[in-house]
Amino acid sequence: MNAAANIPLIEMSNITKSYVMAREKTTVLHKVSLKVDHGDFLAIVGPSGSGKSTLMNIIGCLDLPTEGSYKLEGLEVTGQSDNKLTEMRNKKIGFIFQGYHLLPKLTALENCELPLIYRGLSGKERRLRAMDALERVGLGQRMHHRQSELSGGQQQRVAIARALATNPPMLLADEPTGALDSKTGMEVLGMMEELNRAGQTIVLITHDMEVAKLASRTVIIRDGVLSEQAQERRSSDETYARLQDGSQERIVQQA
Amino acid sequence: MKLTQGFKMAVKSVLSNKLRTILSMLGILIGVATVIALVAMGKASSNEVAKQVSSLGSPNSLSVTILGRGTVTTLSVDEANELGDVSNIAGVAPVTSATGYAKYGKTQVSVTVEGITAAYEEVKDFPVQDGRYIASPDIKNNSKVALIGVATATDLFEDEGEDPSAAVGKKITINGYHFTIVGLLESQGSSLTGSNDEKILIPVTTAQKVFQTSGVSTIHLTVSETSLMDRTVTAVEAVLYEKFRGNENAYRVLNQEEAMETLNSVNETMNRQLIYVAIISLIVGGIGIMNIMLVSVTERTREIGIRKSLGAKKRDILFQFLVEAVCISGLGGALGIGLGYIASFIIGMVMKTETEVPIDTVWLAFVFSALVGVIFGYLPANKAAGLRPVDALRHD
Repeated sequence: MNAAANIPLIEMSNITKSYVMAREKTTVLHKVSLKVDHGDFLAIVGPSGSGKSTLMNIIGCLDLPTEGSYKLEGLEVTGQSDNKLTEMRNKKIGFIFQGYHLLPKLTALENCELPLIYRGLSGKERRLRAMDALERVGLGQRMHHRQSELSGGQQQRVAIARALATNPPMLLADEPTGALDSKTGMEVLGMMEELNRAGQTIVLITHDMEVAKLASRTVIIRDGVLSEQAQERRSSDETYARLQDGSQERIVQQA
Repeated sequence: MKLTQGFKMAVKSVLSNKLRTILSMLGILIGVATVIALVAMGKASSNEVAKQVSSLGSPNSLSVTILGRGTVTTLSVDEANELGDVSNIAGVAPVTSATGYAKYGKTQVSVTVEGITAAYEEVKDFPVQDGRYIASPDIKNNSKVALIGVATATDLFEDEGEDPSAAVGKKITINGYHFTIVGLLESQGSSLTGSNDEKILIPVTTAQKVFQTSGVSTIHLTVSETSLMDRTVTAVEAVLYEKFRGNENAYRVLNQEEAMETLNSVNETMNRQLIYVAIISLIVGGIGIMNIMLVSVTERTREIGIRKSLGAKKRDILFQFLVEAVCISGLGGALGIGLGYIASFIIGMVMKTETEVPIDTVWLAFVFSALVGVIFGYLPANKAAGLRPVDALRHD
């Protein structure tokens, strides 16, 4: 195993986040510690108000913790500058939001190109990679459609393609099925499962235990405190085998 | 992110919201169009001035006006002719002018009557189209002969049913004295001093008798070398200083260049004030753009959040909004230049003068309008760039 595979993707220790609201200090996360390895499919489950959105913002480098250490692929996030955080988001994380968060004036392809533009890739390479990502989610035929011309499921698939286009080590999905009916929701989740099987690390945030069941590992957050849940659906052997696959895939990618 | 990519993105965004873009560029558009139209108008009027001044005489002409103040109030014709001894003076035409009443049949008109010498034709470049000029014998003999301008001829003869172009040989009275018209002057149009065609020219000696004046009121001079004009003016002034015994208020020497300068300085002052007004209107236009951009930033908070979450750095967002502002103001400027050209063309048609838009003004207007975009776009762009992605994403 090489060094990159040994370093956990996410290593959080004693993360605390508190806000000052109306001159009163509210602590949303209490000493959260979390470790996610490459190839994991982690679900973070919690009811609304539990602090899961705050946790997601911190995982996604959109927000900084008040205290504690957060290492993303071995790089310390806490205390980084705004520009550095932006760069990390661009390189390491693919976001899938509940409300899709596509730009309505751009076509599906242009939406997928957007993170690549900010990475500074040439027009030709951007196009190729964006097209490739759209093919992967089965939207090869609808590349030049705008948001308004796509169904909810298709919009979310464009969002997944956009997240995949940068080839990030981690997909961070915030309630990806929240705005979809259960059938299209399952389709989207099925796609994510498939991606995970191909070695993609996924962190899924949801309030729905049913959705969380698809994940290989589930943690529950309640009132800002994180607790691990015992593995139910998959045997540890299977997990181990898949992990092996994932690692190999990464090695191939790095080569 | 590359510059061209940022530029493309901004242009796309500007074009995707056409009505807003048009409305926000309106201020700059009108401002720039005003600048262009005003400058064109200013140019037109200074061209007009140049034309009128040149109609006062060719650039080698010079005139001395006797104001008649002090102890020595006038110069005789002979004294005036002595100015011809000054070096570089080519011709001297003393003139005494008065207003008289010319009468033919039952028609009477009030007209400027100038007493001239034979040199007038050459010095003033004012020949006859029919008949002969006033010659030296006419002056020596105090002959009652007259040259008539085309406008006066028309005034005088048309009502009497006579052909104005056949004026030569007709007999008219001026202030009761009988005169014979010996020549019809060429048409010269009007200048700053009024119509050149509404006048009657008679021998200077006759004029002094008819109007009971002595001396001359104006001396027209020509120089042989235009480049030595300043020196000649000084020399003429020296002679006059002597003649009027040091009374500088008794006369004034005017050359064409000086007259042009005086009139143009008035023009320039006016133009400068117009430009100030135009600059203020450009600033107001800039504030308009700032307003729209601020609204746009608020409206697009979510978009900014998405872009930031996908890896747009602060400077990328700043650049995007700044380029958008510059696009709006620059486009406004460009359209304003077009509108200004059209306006100056229409103004030229209405005012019947030649309008002219100097190319450096066009550049200046364009650069200034783009600059307005940068200055007034900075605040909204900075606001957009400073948004935190967490807050921006949550915004609806």
